Amino acid sequence: MLKIFERLVSGLKKTRRGLSSGLKRVFTGNEIDDDFYDELEEVLIMADLGVETTENIIEDLKVKENELKIKKPADLQQVLIDTVKAQMDTDEEAYSFENKVSVVLVIGVNGVGKTTTIGKLAAQYRSAGKKVIIAAADTFRAAATEQLAEWAKRSGADLIAGQEGSDPAAVVFDAVNAAKARKADILICDTAGRLHNKKNLMEELRKISRVIDREFPEAARENLIVLDGTTGQNAVVQAKQFNDIMDITGIIITKLDGTAKGGIAIAVQAELGVPVKYIGVGEHIEDLQKFDKDSFVDALFMDEEEEEAAE
Amino acid sequence: MAFESLTDKLQNIFKNLRSRGKLSEADVKASLKEVKMALLEADVNFKVVKQFINSVQERAVGQEVFQSLTPGQTIIKIVNEEMTALMGSETTEIPLKGNNEVTVIMMAGLQGAGKTTTCAKLAGIYKGKGRRPLLAALDVYRPAAIKQLQVNGEKVGVPVFTMGDNVSPVDIAKAAYAHAKANGNNILLLDTAGRLHVDEEMMQELADIQSAVNVDSTIFIVDAMTGQDAVNVAKSFNDRIEIDGVILTKMDGDTRGGAALSIKAVTGKPILYVGMGEKLSDLQQFYPDRMASRILGMGDVLTLIEKATAEIDEEKARDMNQRLKKADFNYNDLLTSLNQVRSMGSITDILAMMPGMGNKLKDVDVDESQFTQVEAIINSMTPAERENPSLMNMSRKKRIAAGAGVDIAEVNRLAKMLEQSKSMMKKFGGSGARKAMKRNKGMFGGFPFGF
Repeated sequence: MLKIFERLVSGLKKTRRGLSSGLKRVFTGNEIDDDFYDELEEVLIMADLGVETTENIIEDLKVKENELKIKKPADLQQVLIDTVKAQMDTDEEAYSFENKVSVVLVIGVNGVGKTTTIGKLAAQYRSAGKKVIIAAADTFRAAATEQLAEWAKRSGADLIAGQEGSDPAAVVFDAVNAAKARKADILICDTAGRLHNKKNLMEELRKISRVIDREFPEAARENLIVLDGTTGQNAVVQAKQFNDIMDITGIIITKLDGTAKGGIAIAVQAELGVPVKYIGVGEHIEDLQKFDKDSFVDALFMDEEEEEAAE
Repeated sequence: MAFESLTDKLQNIFKNLRSRGKLSEADVKASLKEVKMALLEADVNFKVVKQFINSVQERAVGQEVFQSLTPGQTIIKIVNEEMTALMGSETTEIPLKGNNEVTVIMMAGLQGAGKTTTCAKLAGIYKGKGRRPLLAALDVYRPAAIKQLQVNGEKVGVPVFTMGDNVSPVDIAKAAYAHAKANGNNILLLDTAGRLHVDEEMMQELADIQSAVNVDSTIFIVDAMTGQDAVNVAKSFNDRIEIDGVILTKMDGDTRGGAALSIKAVTGKPILYVGMGEKLSDLQQFYPDRMASRILGMGDVLTLIEKATAEIDEEKARDMNQRLKKADFNYNDLLTSLNQVRSMGSITDILAMMPGMGNKLKDVDVDESQFTQVEAIINSMTPAERENPSLMNMSRKKRIAAGAGVDIAEVNRLAKMLEQSKSMMKKFGGSGARKAMKRNKGMFGGFPFGF
């Protein structure tokens, strides 16, 4: 557990530095006034929380400031941490699918890191002793299957693929049957990146989802949307539109090892009520981590000395 | 998240002020707060927004707004002009050397920005202009990245230089340059691996490539959906490897693309192209005015019009107009119109480009299957029936309905619609119809049916 925390700390170093240095500055002032809230607004918006989520958080904070008769900005910091944590609550059952026979369908727009994430997930499940099958249902992007084949080879997972340009639902159909016949623990389905406003492509996704429902109803079903951590407010729109096609059960936020603040994680969860389940903080297999709101939020708000202590 | 368009919001603010006839500085401030929110919702960087609002305010508190009868529109106009100016001219292109020399263009950007795809699209454009481009695969890290470039290169008919993934990108670049020289290629496009701007080692690699082969233009590829962090990423790339221009990708999504403004503001480098789709031909010129409207959430009418004129076959439209005038059109014409409208993209996409529609559309589901249904019905007719709608009788209709897999009522409805349109055209007759057609031309090719 401690080890996971350390990795998170190092992976989120940049993220935290960006957001927390700004927050520290805000909370070290002497008075809670309009300037204080203006500065807080700036810091939260700069962290990609978005106008709406930011305003909600600030409204909430103002109410609590009055209720609890808080006078010093520093005392409001813990209130803010608690507010954000409350928003980021993850269900205890969030990862129960990992211990059942399950189908994990991975969806998202282009270039967010679906294929890489699947490679890492497969490797992690494999090292936990699971039998893993990957369905290469991105039949559109050139060489997507080859990319996935390399990951399958590295992790020791089976790969089910079709021709480039073939029907992705057919690939998934084959993969489901293979998963049943080979008694796989987890079937992970890669899909082509698609912009959420392309109706035909979204319908294609609906079809894939239907095939799984019909052919493998007994399996636990996990629909994970991958969102790029550097994406702005459009991530919320993406999540909503994909959620209209199939019930999203979890969110994966990638690329949090840059300087992006990852505030979109907070915005999306606040909007959709779907938990963030994994975050990607680096290139290595173990850099795909289970999301832990306490570590995430604590790390986000931690100051420099605590940070060094954790390392 | 459903925001009204900025225009609506501003008009609402000013509606209450009309009676007073004069605007105070506070009124202008209130309206600029709305502009600020619109920009932030569009992901323009907070600091950039602040600066921008300040500069608009200076102009806005001047005479023009106070004397205007439509202050909302005047403010929008100022905002739009300032933004367009900030985003630069639309005629920028990557400078190319003469045909006997090799121009080296290097792509750089974060993972997943769309470098490989864009690289191939660009090669396709140059090939179309009669140049002899060569693509070089320098991404030795991501599995199958080389293969992806090879496949895309093949699609646009441009050769791809590769050395596998065991050679350093710098060495591949050198060899690719020599290969281009030896084989008469005059443009060398280097596809590099995606990298984080904070990864010093990887950034150094780009700098090494630049000096090893004398890169003429370094193009920063960036996802139009990028959030607040766009400024940090763009600034780091620009500081480290000095970029010469920017290509925005994934602009066919519904992001408002505020990153474009942020990037331009921090780097000062021109935005050269925008990626508008999956097809390799979907790399388009950048228009600052359109981008400004889009960021402000005011629709993209110009792109819509251009799309319509580009997709509609002039010849066919003229031919159909002739027949419409004579009120003599049939199911073949209907099918042609239908396909023309559809070739512009999904109806939802088209509507989304209209001002004020963009966000309202989120809740409206345009049923495109209706188009498919009409198509199916017409396709189930014999050529004679398509040519001559008056042939239609009950038994034919039954057969058509069965063939198209629809209820016979649908076939009736289609027949009725065709008749109605015909009689409508008859009523218009002569010059009125011609004028109406003229107006419509280039928009929907004289598509007379109310779907």
